[in-house]
Amino acid sequence: MKKATDKSENSLASLITDTPVKTNNRKSRVSKYLSFFKIRFSAGLQYRAAAIAGVVTQFFWGLMEIRMFMAFYRSDPSAIPMEWDSLVSYIWLQQALLAMFMLWFFDGSIFDEISNGGVALELCRPCDIYSMWFVKNCAVRLSKTLLRCIPMFIITFFLPDGYRMSLPVDAARFALFFVSLWLGFIVVIAISMPVYISAFYTLSPMGVRLMVSTIGEFCSGAIVPLPFLPDGVQRILNLLPFASMQSTPFLIWGGSLDLYGSLYAIALQLFWAAALIILGRLWMRAALKRVVLLGG
Amino acid sequence: MIRLSHIKKSFKVARREGGFKNALGSFFSRSYDKVDALADISFEISDGETVGYIGPNGAGKSSTIKVMSGILTPDSGECVINGRVPWKERREHVAELGVVFGQRSALWWDVPVIDSFELLRDIYSVDPTEYKRNLDRLCELLNLSEILTTPVRMLSLGQRMRCEIAAALIHSPKLLFLDEPTIGLDAASKLAVRSFVLDLNRERGTTVILTTHDMQDIEAITNRIILIGKGHILLDGQLDALRQRFEGRRRLIAEFGGELDFSLPEGTTLCEIKRSGGTARAVFEFDGSASKLISCLSERVELYDVTVESTPIDEVVLNMYREYEV
Repeated sequence: MKKATDKSENSLASLITDTPVKTNNRKSRVSKYLSFFKIRFSAGLQYRAAAIAGVVTQFFWGLMEIRMFMAFYRSDPSAIPMEWDSLVSYIWLQQALLAMFMLWFFDGSIFDEISNGGVALELCRPCDIYSMWFVKNCAVRLSKTLLRCIPMFIITFFLPDGYRMSLPVDAARFALFFVSLWLGFIVVIAISMPVYISAFYTLSPMGVRLMVSTIGEFCSGAIVPLPFLPDGVQRILNLLPFASMQSTPFLIWGGSLDLYGSLYAIALQLFWAAALIILGRLWMRAALKRVVLLGG
Repeated sequence: MIRLSHIKKSFKVARREGGFKNALGSFFSRSYDKVDALADISFEISDGETVGYIGPNGAGKSSTIKVMSGILTPDSGECVINGRVPWKERREHVAELGVVFGQRSALWWDVPVIDSFELLRDIYSVDPTEYKRNLDRLCELLNLSEILTTPVRMLSLGQRMRCEIAAALIHSPKLLFLDEPTIGLDAASKLAVRSFVLDLNRERGTTVILTTHDMQDIEAITNRIILIGKGHILLDGQLDALRQRFEGRRRLIAEFGGELDFSLPEGTTLCEIKRSGGTARAVFEFDGSASKLISCLSERVELYDVTVESTPIDEVVLNMYREYEV
């Protein structure tokens, strides 16, 4: 890394990892984002009541969803394009990990900072603001997820037959699920970053937020798992970044994707994660150049 | 070393008359005004200087500070600070920079103050022993020990401001930008902040640029003043020299026994006189040296007490604003 040239700033790799121009102190560069993560994460753990309410909501939501699919299944089992057990697992994973993948969730404090000019102070720190916001989003979502997913997993593994969450078919699937889960998480955050950046231009990002969350929720399989959609639609949606979010890891867990299909989907996730981060960084750079800070 | 030359920045500001009709009209076509926030700003500041950057509201103070912090990219002109162009090498530049924006908070509102400080330590990669030393010193001088474990949202304005100042100094910056740093502080804290900044400047040679409307801050901390108005630099000089030039007339207050039945030295006017019993209290305004007036008085009347007042700094600055019509 010592030989990193000064112009490395424009290489693709540097756009993703934000490799600094002068890499004299790599460790401390990572550690500042890490401690920022820690402080946001532990602040997020304060909200216990919200977590309990969340668990209850998600549990009943999941139950209702299972009942709904069960009604279809009973009238015509061939109408369900997934194994029953993998569908149930899909729903429970979705509910337990909701905070990781919900596209309608944005960190209001970032929008506030942009619209009231507080972002000025953040720019006065030797940090990369894209990374800061990225880390902040990770921390908020993960602290929410941690509080909610543990009770959810415990409960759902002990439900009666037909409602019970099952384990992945084999160890390899579990490993792939794990990789895919984090990639999907990164894609979710990478796609919400441009929404934050748009606030530099529009000041009220409600419109962009609504569009991203409505289109995204549907296309990512948050409303109905993607295998339920017509083949042609599926083929297109599978290529879009939205499928690289929750759909891929959840389908890997349930075995709906075979090994080859899983690897292909993970490659696609990697691609989207990289592409969205690069685009987000480029846009952030452009936005900061023309930023007008409001008030004082 | 800070060098700005011919920095220009203008903003497009949307205009619209009040009222519903105009609001509707602006849906179809908007009119914009170009506002030159910075018309042509050039100055140089050497290391270790303390500079008061003053001007009335909307003069371009904050814009200049933002350009120098690397947040705002000017339309044209050059700015080099310690060999770097702030907006091009923002991160390297701000690592040596401490800022206090009195109106905004640099602390994280939902965690205890000490957590914010530790996060700042990691962000600026401050050496642990240096961090410890700075923290101890800041706690002692700004009286922070009791509030370190309180979440920022629970602090009063004055307590928060003291923490903000500490937060800006935790990484021993070479360059300090203070924007209204004593807003909302009580007298003791104000004095503490001022003397702390002065010490920092003396011991470490920190360059300080202060923008404020509190002229006592300016008087206490800075020795050079740059006056800006409507985006132009109007005046740049040592505070003492400017003070003499814009001081106006000084005042002398005398308490004495006897009658003022003689002519006063040239250039002296009697502003008011009050008598109670055998003692009179008179306020004079005079030009030049006070000694002539004092010796004249002491010859003719029985002087009990004399006070010479120099013009308050607020008045000096007001005179500057008046002269430059800003």
